[in-house]
Amino acid sequence: MAHGQTASGIVAGRLTADEIATNFSDLHPAHAPHEASVAADRCYFCYDAPCVTACPTEIDIPLFLRQIQSGQPESAARTIFDQNILGGMCARVCPTETLCQEACVRETAEGKPVEIGRLQRYATDALMATGQHPYVRAAPTGKTVVVVGAGPAGLACAHRLAVLGHEVVVHEAKSKSGGLNEFGIAAYKATNDFARLEVEWLLEIGGITIQNNSAFGSDIGLSDLQNQYDAVFFSIGLGGVNSLHAEGVDLNGVHHAVDFIEGVRQSDDLNELPIGRDVVVIGGGMTAVDAAVKAKLLGAQNVTIAYRRGQDAMGASRFEQDLATSRGVRIMSLVQPISVLGEGASDEIELGYTRSENGKLVATGETVRVSADQVFMAIGQTLDGAPPELTIEAGKIAVTGAGRTSMSGIWAGGDCASGGDDLTVTAVAEGRDAAMDIHEILIG
Amino acid sequence: MADLTSDFLGISSPNPFWLASAPPTDKEYNVRRAFEAGWGGVVWKTLGSEGPPVVNVNGPRYGAIYGADRRLLGLNNIELITDRPLETNLEEIARVKADYPDRAIIVSLMVPCEEQAWKDILPRVSETGADGIELNFGCPHGMSERGMGAAVGQVPEYIEMVTRWCKQYYDKPVIVKLTPNITDVRKPAQAAKNGGADAVSLINTINSITSVNLDLMCPEPTIDGKGSHGGYCGPAVKPIAMNMVAEIARDPETDDLPISGIGGITNWRDAAEFMSLGCGNVQVCTAAMTYGFKIVEEMCSGLSQWMDEKGYDNVSDFVGRAVPNVTDWKYLNLNYIAKAKIDQDECIKCGRCYAVCEDTSHQAISMGEGRVFEVIDEECVACNLCVDVCPVENCISMVEMAAGSIDPRTGKVVQDDYANWTTHPNNPGAVAAE
Ligand SMILES: Cc1cc2nc3c(=O)[nH]c(=O)nc-3n(C[C@H](O)[C@H](O)[C@H](O)COP(=O)(O)OP(=O)(O)OC[C@H]3O[C@@H](n4cnc5c(N)ncnc54)[C@H](O)[C@@H]3O)c2cc1C
Ligand SMILES: Cc1cc2nc3c(=O)[nH]c(=O)nc-3n(C[C@H](O)[C@H](O)[C@H](O)COP(=O)(O)O)c2cc1C
Ligand code: SF4
Repeated sequence: MAHGQTASGIVAGRLTADEIATNFSDLHPAHAPHEASVAADRCYFCYDAPCVTACPTEIDIPLFLRQIQSGQPESAARTIFDQNILGGMCARVCPTETLCQEACVRETAEGKPVEIGRLQRYATDALMATGQHPYVRAAPTGKTVVVVGAGPAGLACAHRLAVLGHEVVVHEAKSKSGGLNEFGIAAYKATNDFARLEVEWLLEIGGITIQNNSAFGSDIGLSDLQNQYDAVFFSIGLGGVNSLHAEGVDLNGVHHAVDFIEGVRQSDDLNELPIGRDVVVIGGGMTAVDAAVKAKLLGAQNVTIAYRRGQDAMGASRFEQDLATSRGVRIMSLVQPISVLGEGASDEIELGYTRSENGKLVATGETVRVSADQVFMAIGQTLDGAPPELTIEAGKIAVTGAGRTSMSGIWAGGDCASGGDDLTVTAVAEGRDAAMDIHEILIG
Repeated sequence: MADLTSDFLGISSPNPFWLASAPPTDKEYNVRRAFEAGWGGVVWKTLGSEGPPVVNVNGPRYGAIYGADRRLLGLNNIELITDRPLETNLEEIARVKADYPDRAIIVSLMVPCEEQAWKDILPRVSETGADGIELNFGCPHGMSERGMGAAVGQVPEYIEMVTRWCKQYYDKPVIVKLTPNITDVRKPAQAAKNGGADAVSLINTINSITSVNLDLMCPEPTIDGKGSHGGYCGPAVKPIAMNMVAEIARDPETDDLPISGIGGITNWRDAAEFMSLGCGNVQVCTAAMTYGFKIVEEMCSGLSQWMDEKGYDNVSDFVGRAVPNVTDWKYLNLNYIAKAKIDQDECIKCGRCYAVCEDTSHQAISMGEGRVFEVIDEECVACNLCVDVCPVENCISMVEMAAGSIDPRTGKVVQDDYANWTTHPNNPGAVAAE
């Protein structure tokens, strides 16, 4: 071990290679077959099941659980993929505690919902392990649709269009596809390069051409797309980040959380990644929690999430918060950053206490200083690079119905579009629904 | 504290829990350990005639049916009677009985349907000092193909004949073990009684095929690509066994015939239920073969606590108590009217009651805003299906309607008198009510 946990500054090698490997292992390991059938058997096969309604992609959950229980995880997987082609990733990353599992009647009955997420993983893993792609394409329609951005929304849209017989061209700015599945989602949720493998598996449908390193805006313009293709779907996510308006944010050691997270996801050797001893994360959403947990797992000694409102207002679910605290992250609520202090590099951060007055946040005037050789800003992602011709509403591309933008022939979905929850699963639902709408317009 | 001592046909045992004739009672080693574990008695694994013993298959002899989490609900077997020499068994029986004089040892027998065969074996059984014999007229596989077991048990005349021989050549209690593989179990029971039997025991195993291997296209357990029907036992057979017990217990021709209850008994409650239907004691096989001998501790403590709670001092105090309440359908009170009632505080909103009532019953449950499920009294016939499928115990209950109120389904006033089918106007054979 090059440095211990106590070494100050931002250094690599705080933990042994074994510790790092353990820390970044699978968060929710898959069920063994017997475990899966017992877990699936707990489903009551509810009438008009509330879990289905709670799933943004409306997977027929009782049906797929029954298919697992009766010994056919592969048909269970088909039930899942019919609604959600990224069911494998969703099984790993969905905050099920606020979606399907929250609605499970066994949550009401005994506080122990059916483990829908893990069972979904069991089923989708089983089918994907066969190496076969479960769909075939309809006869060619002669239409070609362009998708901008190969994240969950774009991939779901492209796959559904391909199944329906359309040709799809995808422009993706980055060298790798998958969007935040590849660059954002916590490493311990999608181990063993799952994001890449899932994209490869999805593309086996055929008819989808992804052009990587091809950014809309710099490489191509809206009129090019409109001229060349029969329909356009924007799924560019939220590429920009909010910056903190506080003194000292330009000091070394202050970063955007998404950059740090991307660095962790793309790292070939986590043992080489430097991390601070005292890390402070500003924010209260999933990104804040992910950054904080990752910092801890890399060996930071003290990790603090500083959130300006009360803990119950945090964007991260209770489960995610508990995950963070169980890893040793401290959550401070009702504090906001005033300034980052240090000589050239961050050393500590001054936080001001807040309280809520008639729903408005006011500073109490009291302050506290927390050691911080590294500060991560996780105060929100913003829309970046959307075509100016489209109507923007509350920072997102305005859409109605199944993703129709203000311009005909142009659809949008996922994080970049208005509405939705900024979750992988909602991005998938929106991509799929836009594809159906595009299909109807093109063929109908 | 309740006294669990059991006296069955004058044979006493410290508790009413005997191990049924089967692998658990196949040899001295097992039976000694069973007695050490606390079992009140055993029916020794069935003995055959002198001479080379039967042989068993050398492949799998059991198949199983599972509930959730591989909980064994039913077991099927193609085992035969003992495959050890007669002499060995008899010596062991004598030794164990001498060492455990307070425990019951019954010797199960199955020899050919000839008088000489019984005349030969009975004196030798007598010499062991065992407390009685049980005639295995039940084994449904293998032995029945050789004219024994169920092949005898399915012909009342044979039962009567063999029982008579046994009473003639043996002077201790004779129990006749009945097969359930028959249409009317009262007939063999009557035959046993006519032959002089001291008691009947039931049930033996039920003809069954537990599963088919869909790759081999062959029943399981599979022996070299073939399977044969076997005998089914375990928790799944309990309802069938209890009905047969009750049929015998309430048949005027056999209502005084002692019964040893067998079939799926797994815990104290099962035992108490069989006994309430008229069994003087009970025998257990599959539960021991699933969990080992130790389960008898729960059976004893459970029965004892329940008896204390109910104020029963001796096991004989509750034997047969439920028999008078087993009746024919035609005597059920048609004036008794109930309605399902859903406790909204208990309801977890799964909607199972709605699905089953709507799809398969009487469309008597409504589904309202916010998944609120309510019974429509105008439609409910009180069939109980919703209660049975509701995953929450006591969430849905059947509430009797008070006499004088109006049943919204029929618009008729609920009567407080008793009226059954025999006097119902729709019954073509109705007799005028007095
Ligand atoms: C750190 C972090 C953790 C998260 N954890 C979870 C989680 O656990 N569970 C969950 O459900 N959700 C989580 N989310 C949210 C989830 O990742 C997103 O909601 C989801 O990825 C949105 O999908 P999308 O397709 O709309 O956008 P993205 O996944 O952002 O994909 C957009 C794609 O478009 C590309 N692109 C952008 N601009 C252009 C352009 N001009 N030209 C071409 N291509 C372009 C991008 O490179 C990217 O590949 C997390 C988000 C973050 C940031
Ligand atoms: C493997 C096996 C072998 C059996 N062998 C005999 C036997 O030799 N003689 C007999 O009378 N009954 C035999 N039986 C039947 C049991 O004694 C008992 O009647 C039956 O299993 C029902 O009881 P249970 O549900 O508690 O198992 C056998 C049962 C099993 C499972
Ligand atoms: S008792 Fe039968 S008829 Fe009445 S509500 Fe329940 S299921 Fe329907």
